[in-house]
Amino acid sequence: MIEAERPMLGRVAHGIFWMYRYLERAENIARLLAAAHRMALTRGTDEATQEWRSVLTTLGQLQAYDNQYTVYGGAQVCDFVLRARGNPQSVLSMFERARTNARACRSAITREVWEAINEGWMNLKEQLSRPIREGNLETVLASIRRESTLARGATHGSMLRNEIYAFARLGTFLERADNTARILDVKYFLLLPSLSYVGTALDTGQWDNVLRSLSGERAYSWLNAGRMDARGIAQFLILDERFPRSLAFCRLALRENLSALARLRGHDGLPHAALDRVDALMEGRRVEEIFDNGLHEFIVKFIGLNAGIADAIAREYRFIA
Amino acid sequence: MNLPPADKFDEMHAPDGSVRPAYHEYCRWLDQQDTAQLRKKGAEAESVFRRTGITFNVYGEDDAEERLIPFDMVPRIITAAEWRRVSRGIEQRVRALNAFIHDLYHRQEIIRSGRLPLRVLRDNAVWLPQMVGFTPPGGVYTHIVGIDLVRTGPNDFMVLEDNARTPSGVSYMLENRETMMAMFPELFTRAKVRPISDYPRNLAASLAACAPEFSGSRPTIAVLTPGIYNSAYFEHAFLADQMGAELVEGSDLRVVDGRVQMRTTDGFRPIDVLYRRVDDEYLDPLTFNPSSVLGVPGIFDVYRAGRITIANAPGTGVADDKAIYSFMPEIVQFYTGEQPILPNVQTWRCAEKESLAYVLANLSELVVKEVHGSGGYGMLIGPTSSKKELEAFRAKLVAKPENYIAQPTLALSTCPIFTAKGLAPRHVDLRPFVLCSPNGVEITPGGLTRVALKKGSLVVNSSQGGGTKDSWVLDD
Repeated sequence: MIEAERPMLGRVAHGIFWMYRYLERAENIARLLAAAHRMALTRGTDEATQEWRSVLTTLGQLQAYDNQYTVYGGAQVCDFVLRARGNPQSVLSMFERARTNARACRSAITREVWEAINEGWMNLKEQLSRPIREGNLETVLASIRRESTLARGATHGSMLRNEIYAFARLGTFLERADNTARILDVKYFLLLPSLSYVGTALDTGQWDNVLRSLSGERAYSWLNAGRMDARGIAQFLILDERFPRSLAFCRLALRENLSALARLRGHDGLPHAALDRVDALMEGRRVEEIFDNGLHEFIVKFIGLNAGIADAIAREYRFIA
Repeated sequence: MNLPPADKFDEMHAPDGSVRPAYHEYCRWLDQQDTAQLRKKGAEAESVFRRTGITFNVYGEDDAEERLIPFDMVPRIITAAEWRRVSRGIEQRVRALNAFIHDLYHRQEIIRSGRLPLRVLRDNAVWLPQMVGFTPPGGVYTHIVGIDLVRTGPNDFMVLEDNARTPSGVSYMLENRETMMAMFPELFTRAKVRPISDYPRNLAASLAACAPEFSGSRPTIAVLTPGIYNSAYFEHAFLADQMGAELVEGSDLRVVDGRVQMRTTDGFRPIDVLYRRVDDEYLDPLTFNPSSVLGVPGIFDVYRAGRITIANAPGTGVADDKAIYSFMPEIVQFYTGEQPILPNVQTWRCAEKESLAYVLANLSELVVKEVHGSGGYGMLIGPTSSKKELEAFRAKLVAKPENYIAQPTLALSTCPIFTAKGLAPRHVDLRPFVLCSPNGVEITPGGLTRVALKKGSLVVNSSQGGGTKDSWVLDD
């Protein structure tokens, strides 16, 4: 007979949940910067400035940035977003917080996961200890993605499939859904004119950029034989259940892990009801409907409901005394 | 090779340069090794420690920086025969300590008999009146004890200090062995070294044996830590992990329905045994320090009602300060009826007039310690102090003599460490770890060897530049 595990501490569940959110966010920021950098290289100064500014908007760091800088140059933005001491949302501080949480939850994770995060932090701390030169920006961004990937891989390969794992995955997918939605929201206006003027050529560079910032450019081309159109891209990023960074995929992953928790407890709770509301927003939805009712409104609603799930998880599972 | 000075006892080499028996096999192996290769291994070990996060935090340094305790790869080796005597002496001492604490909180026979002056107890700041008349579950006060030993000759092991509150360092003992086995596996097939890896299991079993009677065959054990910024946090997490116990902070705990319970994702769950790594005064803001956020309001009432085991018991600190230490030979004799197997280091109590006069007259040759101090802080090492330092200390001593004890500057034994120029002797001490339960006293073979890395230095504390070594007890 398999003996039931005792439930984990609420504080530890809280720490694990956020540890994976921080790792996911750090990784997504790296993707966003890589795509922006590519964009800046291929466009004129004005558009490059626009692009760097939109990175800050997506990350919700524009205000903080404006307090410290006056120009939107690649070097300044990257420095601020990756490593600036005055930026508590920087990638370096994300990794630092993930590691602090890993230390505080040390007995809830395996040695492999701990070492992946600790070494990842040591490596990034070293690489981000000095200003980034443009020449090694790509290397640094690749390191960030790799360290995050290693931690996720160690999690997948060494952790028991119990509630600890469920909270790790919930953190990952809530953060990912949020990040994808925010990228879409900042760029949604680019889709609109092209949708109303059927047949107009899309600014493929812009859309290639969005796909890249979600590591989806190859997958999209594969599925669409290289055709770029507004409908196809929105369908892919919002509704395609095969693409691991789409909103639909994240929704399924949240369902899977919340169901695992419900099985352990023998009942549903607040987060399950919160997820039902996301289901109601997305299930059976066609992309045309979403455009008709307003893409921006849809995304704003999604982000709100997604945040509601996170709050419900914290309450239901006693994250805080 | 650097030969040790002839007036000090070196554990590896006799004064004529020959290798002592304990180290025969090791030195044969060492002779076959390539020095450059060994040096590389040393650097590897350091990177393993960093990667696995075996660090400690230093109070008062910026960013609560995490540091490594330097690890020396030359093992400290003790023969089976030497260890038998040492462990008998430790067991005797630990039994006496437990009986002593029980007596202090009950009839105080030792004071009635005149063997211990009342003032020692009266002046003791860590005496807990709340413990009077109460016997902890299983009758055990000091579940985990660290007895610090120093050596001055072939058969001369002495107790330097008893640690009856929350001795730390056992995780370094275990990790040092893991590291040695990973670096030099072939060494362990050649030398018969007694294993120590059972410690976490033994600790869990020993704590379980002290659980309140109602808690059944599988009591819930939790380790209480002050949190990740505590200097020994690594050890707290390590032990919880290895025991399969819960690692809790004060904020996780609450008294619910007369039990101490932890907040889980599925509501509150009771704890039977709390291995706390939080000092007495922070344990319960309702009973002790009201500003403490590290403890659990009301835990002391639950404890007095016999509804939880706290290890070590609150109030054990009365037995391990340096004023009590000076009476340990009498204490051992009083409770065991035997002569102490392990002697104390000679100690002058400055509270006594004649002793104070002697200490003041010989200050430059003595080591003077604060009665309640620990960690090597606030002490004077006469022979290495300047005139100015001596005078400053003299003033403190005269102002509050009862605050100090003095000891001779011992010719502590040395054991070689691996340096850039080859082996070089350095002073060492030893902290064996002892577990007590109703099932008996269990001593892990060896313990943690601390070594002063600076040439000639006698200070082995990790907070002041000390390192550690793997400590071997050989099998017969």
